[in-house]
Amino acid sequence: MEKEIALLHRADFEFSHIFYFCRKGFEAIVEDEVTQRFSSEELLSWNLLTRTNVNFHYISLRLTVVWVIGVIVRYCFLLPLRFTLAAIGITSMIVGTTVVGQLPNGSVKNYLSEVVHLTCSRILVRALSGTIHYHNKENRPQKGGICVANHTSPIDAIILTNDGCYAMVGQVHGGLMGVIQRATVKACPHVWFERSEIKDRHLVTKRLREHVADKSKLPILIFPEGTCINNTSVMMFKKGSFEIGGTIYPVAIKYDPQFGDAFWNSSKYNIVSYLLRIMTSWAIVCNVWYLPPMVRKEDEDAVKFANRVRSAIARQGGLTELPWDGGLKRAKVKDTFKEEQQKNYSKMLVRNGSVGSLSAETESD
Amino acid sequence: MMFCGTEDPFGQLGTAVLAVLPLSFLCTGRAWGAEKPLARHANLSLSFFSSSVSHSQITRLYSRFTSLDKGENGTLSREDFQRIPELAINPLGDRIINAFFPEGEDQVNFRGFMRTLAHFRPIEDNEKSKDQNGPEPLNSRSNKLHFAFRLYDLDKDDKISRDELLQVLRMMVGVNISDEQLGSIADRTIQEADQDGDSAISFAEFVKVLEKVDVEQKMSIRFLH
Repeated sequence: MEKEIALLHRADFEFSHIFYFCRKGFEAIVEDEVTQRFSSEELLSWNLLTRTNVNFHYISLRLTVVWVIGVIVRYCFLLPLRFTLAAIGITSMIVGTTVVGQLPNGSVKNYLSEVVHLTCSRILVRALSGTIHYHNKENRPQKGGICVANHTSPIDAIILTNDGCYAMVGQVHGGLMGVIQRATVKACPHVWFERSEIKDRHLVTKRLREHVADKSKLPILIFPEGTCINNTSVMMFKKGSFEIGGTIYPVAIKYDPQFGDAFWNSSKYNIVSYLLRIMTSWAIVCNVWYLPPMVRKEDEDAVKFANRVRSAIARQGGLTELPWDGGLKRAKVKDTFKEEQQKNYSKMLVRNGSVGSLSAETESD
Repeated sequence: MMFCGTEDPFGQLGTAVLAVLPLSFLCTGRAWGAEKPLARHANLSLSFFSSSVSHSQITRLYSRFTSLDKGENGTLSREDFQRIPELAINPLGDRIINAFFPEGEDQVNFRGFMRTLAHFRPIEDNEKSKDQNGPEPLNSRSNKLHFAFRLYDLDKDDKISRDELLQVLRMMVGVNISDEQLGSIADRTIQEADQDGDSAISFAEFVKVLEKVDVEQKMSIRFLH
């Protein structure tokens, strides 16, 4: 009896147990899965843009000359052209949607609003020298559905609206962005939230649900990652968009990094310098895949459904899947993950003891 | 359109200047900047490694160092390390981070960073027969064990006391094991390893307990993939 109690208290702790955690820690310090997703992808071969070469050093005179020619072409020829086009595009969008917004609600208004949105969107895509390949157009999002895509930059929205009309969801901004938002919402039922409202999740869900229930309304465009990721992986999808109901139309967007880096590192660059960098790249080349629509199954909860959609998008776009939250870009990781690690270790410790193995010297890892 | 022939020489001069401006901005400063600090560090780091480390390994670690350095002042603080999610959820994360910072300091530069990482370099076969006269490399078995010993021994008195062992155990198991059970685990571990009967583990006893463990393999990481 006493021996059994003694066995219960006995557990196999070894000094060498810390080696495992130590090694994991140092491996994470040298390279980890998550933080590398919040900075631009490194290219194997240089594309003549200094910004994409982290370990830039001088190679040869000929390469430098080629690079200088590239700089001249990009900054002095392409940039003014693109800037002019962008200005035309934005102005016509504001003017066009304001004009259409004056019309009474009806099919004429919807038709004209679609025309205006599509045209201006196409002008803006040309302004970025965008070459977009759309695949599987038969799966394009229908009215009353929710379109879900991976997020790399603010340009994602323009790239998708180039091919169809969506109702956007987003925060109300100030400045030029705010002017555009106020103008477009008159013509088309976009859903713009005040900053304070986003915090109230039920209000957000309620408004989106109302929008989806109306089958005549345009599909909603949502980026469930919540933040920009560098287009090499898809991070955790926030479950809020998947609780609304309705049909989900997943879309995978993959940029070709050889022509320009589309990722917006918002902690490093503000929107203006980001747009400048985009407009001085060679081009924006990307592939857009429309995936078949998905509906939540009976026994699936929102989280599982979100993961299923995410897997489909990642597989199609050739991106890796990470279970980490994109919010880790700015916020600290939750303690629950550490507690999980501790729980796993404790289980191993106590389990060894209850099996009754007397001190084993080496632990097989 | 923009450069079509005008008879205006100032206009043409103006556009030429405009064309050269972005060039000059890019050519100075940042365009070549990545090379300079690296050259400085490349010479420093060689002293930590018994054999020469490849340039690409140092480059890789330097670019990792700069990407972690959000403040861009050439040093890392504890917050910079805690921003790595996989390290933040590691139960021993805080101790590992502390190992980088010398006594009482809050910043570590690239030299210090490499120095601590050097402990985890794998031991190559050709190093084992190197000259015995030089200083012991940081990634020798003995130094790896010393590094692990220092993770336990917080007050640096060269002994792991029962309290210090309990602290590490508590970090690793969280709230999942009761105090009594943890205490008895600690007592048993010390009892088995302690040879001179002072209820604490000295470095020699530590080495003896781990003599059959493959320390070289368990305390090594690959620096490059």
